[in-house]
Amino acid sequence: MHIQMNDIYKAFGANQVLTGVHFDLKEGEVHALMGENGAGKSTMMNILTGLHKRDSGKIVIDGEERYFDNPKEAEKHGIAFIHQELNVWPDMTVLDNLFIGKELRSPFGLLKTKEMKALAKKQFDKLAVTIPLEKEAGLCSVGEQQMIEIAKALMTNAKVIIMDEPTAALTEREIEKLFNVINALRKEGVSIVYISHRMEEIFAICDRITVMRDGKTVDTQMVSETSFDEVVRKMVGRELTDRYPERNPNIGDTILEVKNATRQGVFEDVNFSVKSGEIVGVAGLMGAGRTEIMRALFGLDQLDSGEILINGQKASIKNPFEAVKRGIGFITEDRKNEGLVLDFSIRENMALPNLTSFSKNGFIAYKTETDFVDMLIKRLRIKTESGETSAKNLSGGNQQKVVIAKWVGIGPRVLILDEPTRGVDVGAKREIYQLMNELTDRGVAIIMVSSELPEVLGMSDRILVVHEGKISGELLKNEATQEKIMTYATGGQ
Amino acid sequence: MKTTPAKVNHVDTITQKLGPFLGLIILVVIVSVLNPSFLEPLNLLNLLRQVAINALIAFGMTFVILTGGIDLSVGAILALSSALMAGMIVSGMDPMLAILIGCLLGAVMGAINGLLITKGKMAPFIATLATMTIFRGLTLVYTDGNPITGLGENYLFQLFGRGYFLGIPVPAITMMVSFALFWVILHKTPFGRKTYAIGGNEKAAIISGIKVTKVKVMIYSLAGLLAALAGAILTSRLNSAQPTAGTSYELDAIAPSY
Repeated sequence: MHIQMNDIYKAFGANQVLTGVHFDLKEGEVHALMGENGAGKSTMMNILTGLHKRDSGKIVIDGEERYFDNPKEAEKHGIAFIHQELNVWPDMTVLDNLFIGKELRSPFGLLKTKEMKALAKKQFDKLAVTIPLEKEAGLCSVGEQQMIEIAKALMTNAKVIIMDEPTAALTEREIEKLFNVINALRKEGVSIVYISHRMEEIFAICDRITVMRDGKTVDTQMVSETSFDEVVRKMVGRELTDRYPERNPNIGDTILEVKNATRQGVFEDVNFSVKSGEIVGVAGLMGAGRTEIMRALFGLDQLDSGEILINGQKASIKNPFEAVKRGIGFITEDRKNEGLVLDFSIRENMALPNLTSFSKNGFIAYKTETDFVDMLIKRLRIKTESGETSAKNLSGGNQQKVVIAKWVGIGPRVLILDEPTRGVDVGAKREIYQLMNELTDRGVAIIMVSSELPEVLGMSDRILVVHEGKISGELLKNEATQEKIMTYATGGQ
Repeated sequence: MKTTPAKVNHVDTITQKLGPFLGLIILVVIVSVLNPSFLEPLNLLNLLRQVAINALIAFGMTFVILTGGIDLSVGAILALSSALMAGMIVSGMDPMLAILIGCLLGAVMGAINGLLITKGKMAPFIATLATMTIFRGLTLVYTDGNPITGLGENYLFQLFGRGYFLGIPVPAITMMVSFALFWVILHKTPFGRKTYAIGGNEKAAIISGIKVTKVKVMIYSLAGLLAALAGAILTSRLNSAQPTAGTSYELDAIAPSY
């Protein structure tokens, strides 16, 4: 299938989202679509699949003008869209999920379970997926759910598959599997639109790349003819001198110390400390126990043995309330499910850990609250009309800033950031790094868990590597390399 | 991309808010046509008095539902606390003191719900279904299945459910004062904000350092307290406690809270 989108315009109300975009997708190519959050990538794809109507412009499919009324019709004609937000029904089985809305039925209207199982099994084998079909989808890991979505799209025999951030939740091994599948599909003549923020992946798997900025397509190029830096430059429209801002740490006394912390079967004998003004990076493979250590530190899980010292004093942290009271903030890896109340406004979200300090005589002091929120919106450069915007209407990067702002308000001594830039675009990433620097300049100690090695290397003053629930190595900034980290992370010496 | 969905939601919320109100207006018009005496002040005042009992329970239920929970036991709490109040009055206690103690007992019953749900990790529906049966059973045991009568002629006690103040039934005043009070709590205090936060995203609320267990127990206690207060009004109105009082009141409270 050959798709050409020409001079597409689209506005939502007063908000002009697309201003004359062009997109060309050839048969059997993997085409990367890049751009900062809000550049119009999803809107363009939603116009292709009929979710939104274009204001003007032309879509030509295999030489004929063609417009779909809705995504279901697009799917029928061979265009499948795997969304970033996973659409699994958590209480139904994997099999039910694969066939939802497309169940095979006998003439009496009963489900043909056996046939569906066989089909599903075939598809899973192709993907080398081993999830049991009877498992409840809600019990699957996010990565597994992503694979279910991919399998579901493939079962429609699509000729074009749009993947929006397909690897955001996948492990290295799952990504490898996905890439094998993409390569196989390419050989069969299936075209793939690959939307991602991950530069490394795009250079590994894609043939061509289209960069979008502010509702326009900047240009389309062969991946082999461009470079990492060039793409970033086009995305942000300015020269990014460095991905990581310069850091001049002013490291003070030890604030937090963890001694012999153990949680049975999760992590064991963990020892480390963080000093004021310091960023400690925590690297390791997925499932090594990094997040679990942080959860225990914050009182979300209990330690079986070991102790936590704050400013040299033994602190028992049994629940998050006590952690917050001691000045510890936790920015979790899952901002939508754990960081934000999506229906709350920016103001209400930011105020959440600070309600006591915003209250006067038992009432929330509205003026104090709004002044504080407005100040933070400005300081963190959150792109919004006002603090009353609902959190769910913000882009990923701005949402993450709101979560960080929540904790700035408590005057934190220790901030734990778990995957602080996941799903955040390049520009916002750098702003978050700058913010981390500003915080450490004020003496805040930061623990940053991250799976992105360049980020760990770029931002940390000291790096801890976790392997199978133990700290397997500690590296100073000047001695750390990707290779050394990976050696520790995989259990090597 | 960001403005349109927000606008649509806005229209949705307006129709959602006005829908029931429009329904009410239509209903009032129809009833007034069918029976002209419906709109007479005496009838309207009577209506206010009747609705006060349901409204008080609904105020508590609103908090419960905002946290994503439900309380099926409010009708049973109303009956049990009403029976206990009547029992205390009959045994010679000052009626107003009896009402106060009865309301506190209602709060304790609500706290039991809250603890079962938070510490006991039970689903609100199951926990309060169980306590509904238990409280109802206790009421029947306590009253022997008979109404408790002979509550005396205490003026204040009679005023509480039957009296008027400036021409308005006292229960209606209780309702309006409570409404104002709980509106302020819900919209202007940290407690109200926490209530919304727990309903919006409990995990995020916990991680923000909110003592979710404590807030929930307080909310279920509040629901119990208000059910008992409604029970006190009913006891005064009927000048007796009925073992089957408040049956299916939980449903009357759930509907308006949504």
